[in-house]
Amino acid sequence: MQRSQPGAVSSTPDYSPGVDRRDFIKICCMAAAAVGLPPAAGLKMAEAVAKGLKPSVIWLHFQECTGCTETLLRTSHPGVAELILDLISLDYSETLLAAAGKQAEEALHAAMHAHEGKFVCVVEGAIPLKDGGIYCQIGGRTAKAIMEEVGGKAGAIIAIGSCASWGGIPSADPNPTGAVGAPAVLPGKTVVTIPGCPANPYNLLGTVLQYATFGTLPALDSKGRPLTSYARVIHEDCPRRPHFDAGRFVRQFGDEGHRLGWCLYQMGCKGPATHANCSLQHFGEVPGAWPIGIGHPCFGCTEQTLAFRAPLHATVGIDRPTPPDTYPPIHPERGGVSAVATGVAGLVGGALIGAGLMASKKLGEGPSPQKEE
Amino acid sequence: MSDRAVPVGGPIVTPAFRWLMLVFGVGVVMAGWRFIAGLGPVTALSDGYPWGIWIAFDVVVGTALGCGGYSMAILVYIFNKGKYHPLVRPAVLTSALGYSLAAVAIVIDVGRYWNIWKLPFAWRWWNLSSALLEVALCVMAYVIVLWLEMSPVFLEKWKDGPPGLLRNLARSVSPILDRALLWIIALGLLLPTMHQSSLGSVMLLAHNKLHPLWHTPLLPLLFLVSCIAMGYGVVVLESTLSSRAFKRKDETPMLASLGGVTSGLLFAYVIIRLVDLAGRGRLGLVFTSGWLSFWFLVELALFLTPAVMLLNARTRSRTGSLFRIGMLVVLAGSLYRFVTYLIAFNPGPGWSYFPAVPEMLVTFGIVAFEIMVYIILVKRFPILAGARQGAGAH
Repeated sequence: MQRSQPGAVSSTPDYSPGVDRRDFIKICCMAAAAVGLPPAAGLKMAEAVAKGLKPSVIWLHFQECTGCTETLLRTSHPGVAELILDLISLDYSETLLAAAGKQAEEALHAAMHAHEGKFVCVVEGAIPLKDGGIYCQIGGRTAKAIMEEVGGKAGAIIAIGSCASWGGIPSADPNPTGAVGAPAVLPGKTVVTIPGCPANPYNLLGTVLQYATFGTLPALDSKGRPLTSYARVIHEDCPRRPHFDAGRFVRQFGDEGHRLGWCLYQMGCKGPATHANCSLQHFGEVPGAWPIGIGHPCFGCTEQTLAFRAPLHATVGIDRPTPPDTYPPIHPERGGVSAVATGVAGLVGGALIGAGLMASKKLGEGPSPQKEE
Repeated sequence: MSDRAVPVGGPIVTPAFRWLMLVFGVGVVMAGWRFIAGLGPVTALSDGYPWGIWIAFDVVVGTALGCGGYSMAILVYIFNKGKYHPLVRPAVLTSALGYSLAAVAIVIDVGRYWNIWKLPFAWRWWNLSSALLEVALCVMAYVIVLWLEMSPVFLEKWKDGPPGLLRNLARSVSPILDRALLWIIALGLLLPTMHQSSLGSVMLLAHNKLHPLWHTPLLPLLFLVSCIAMGYGVVVLESTLSSRAFKRKDETPMLASLGGVTSGLLFAYVIIRLVDLAGRGRLGLVFTSGWLSFWFLVELALFLTPAVMLLNARTRSRTGSLFRIGMLVVLAGSLYRFVTYLIAFNPGPGWSYFPAVPEMLVTFGIVAFEIMVYIILVKRFPILAGARQGAGAH
């Protein structure tokens, strides 16, 4: 949130313009929207962060490629990487830590004990269980042991990326290390999973900020995924959906349909079976920056049954191949006037008025009201 | 005492009644078709005009025509004019019928009619800023209130009827109802005040879809004033027609003496309408709006003519001209509602609406049913005052 002061002498060249208040609030609102909170919640988050109530985050890395962290840091909006680090207090992260060795281990323990029961534990990467978990060790301890200790003291546990959520690429057949996701290591604990390869940083940010501001977690599906981001399949909100409905499919990479941006279903797109919000929340704040947006089929990275298992170009089954008739048409009928209808209306209206006039005439001619009694 | 209400008597199924049955039958078939085939094939409704005559006529005009009970109740119970009491029962009956059938029309018109019954119970999900919610709840409550107001009519008959379940019920309920009736009537005065003005608010929300000659913050007030005037108009028509059809004492003198109030209401409406337009600098539109200018001038003429006619004591004391006045008042209020809800309503370029024939047949069926039930009830139950027993051979 530092902003270069005009006229202030800066000792180092200022490559980063910082983030002004407007952008800061905007990012908070986007993060709030990512987890389905109203814009007002974004404001509250911004206020909480401005007051210094930044959530303490301990970020664990296990078997993975660090792609999720990279995505988080390589957001293209200027200053967003700093911003993300401003919104949360990242107390331990192997990727970003300046310290190394024993010093780093101390930082982990200090953060863990200072905010016990309150800090957010973010897990990135799968945890190997085979042969006592020896295939991933940090400071002489297995990933499983670290996960159990840190996870046990955390206020909230978030598994970011497909590896931490359900094993991801390390768990692909034949799964030599016996890799599993964090929920499998922490049975009985609520683990919010944000699968994706990589996971969309806004889904993480929103979840963390919701926890920090309101002390709550978003509603989750049976696999621990926030319903706000993972309730619908890609196919439902895909910008290429109209091509699917109209039967216009890419048959071969580089063919005319591919160049025209037609539906990639027949190229093996897993969109119809993949729960994620990629089609609405693109990556790196670049519109269109997601697989289908650049002309590649979705490969189902958020789904344990699809990613790294189903062949890349095999098609998936679809529940409802065509939209139901109850969807409103794009060009609805705008109504018209039928000659018969106007005729009937005119006849009946005329007859009624005529009858009324006749009746009133008859009444007028009739005997004047006789008085009884 | 000739003011006591007695059943008219006579046979129910007359030639005129057979015709009504025919119209009603056709309406039932058409309504059945709507429930089988859906709204699309049966009506001319579109996304631009999601409501047509079933709402504009059956509900908006229909409930305003059903304001006879409201108008008479204001007069008798609020201004304490007891001499008009004989007019109350038939007026409340027309109201009860008008409102009940407006409710039926809504069920036919609404796409997901099977959800309607949930409305009063779904209080947790009520949108309290919705004018239509208020209309829906008020109309539902008012239908019940109107039939409760009518219930002494049935209880009176059953109380003296043959021994049995009905008599026992009537005898045990009557004393409770007598005590509660005061409150029921009070509620019956409050509810129409609320929803008749809300029917105006609904179009207030239509904002720029409604022509500026009709769109005004005073829409609720205009709907309220005109519905009370229409109530008197309906009472005049209903009383005159029934007194002729059933050969009972003419109520013209009593109706004529209502003329002053009605005239005042009509003038009030015209003044509010014009002052409002002038105050917001929209009077120029009266002459520059093409067809809508025509409709506006017709509406104004329809309100002004009966208002002026009623000022003349001789005109209003003659049955024929009073009947004509009644027609004009009813026509004026109906046209105002029709124009506001359909003709001056423009959802955007390209949309048009004219009711389809099946739509109209359903409406005719509903009106026919209303008249049929009216005839049956006045012939069998003590509703009309001063009827000669056995005069209902027509």
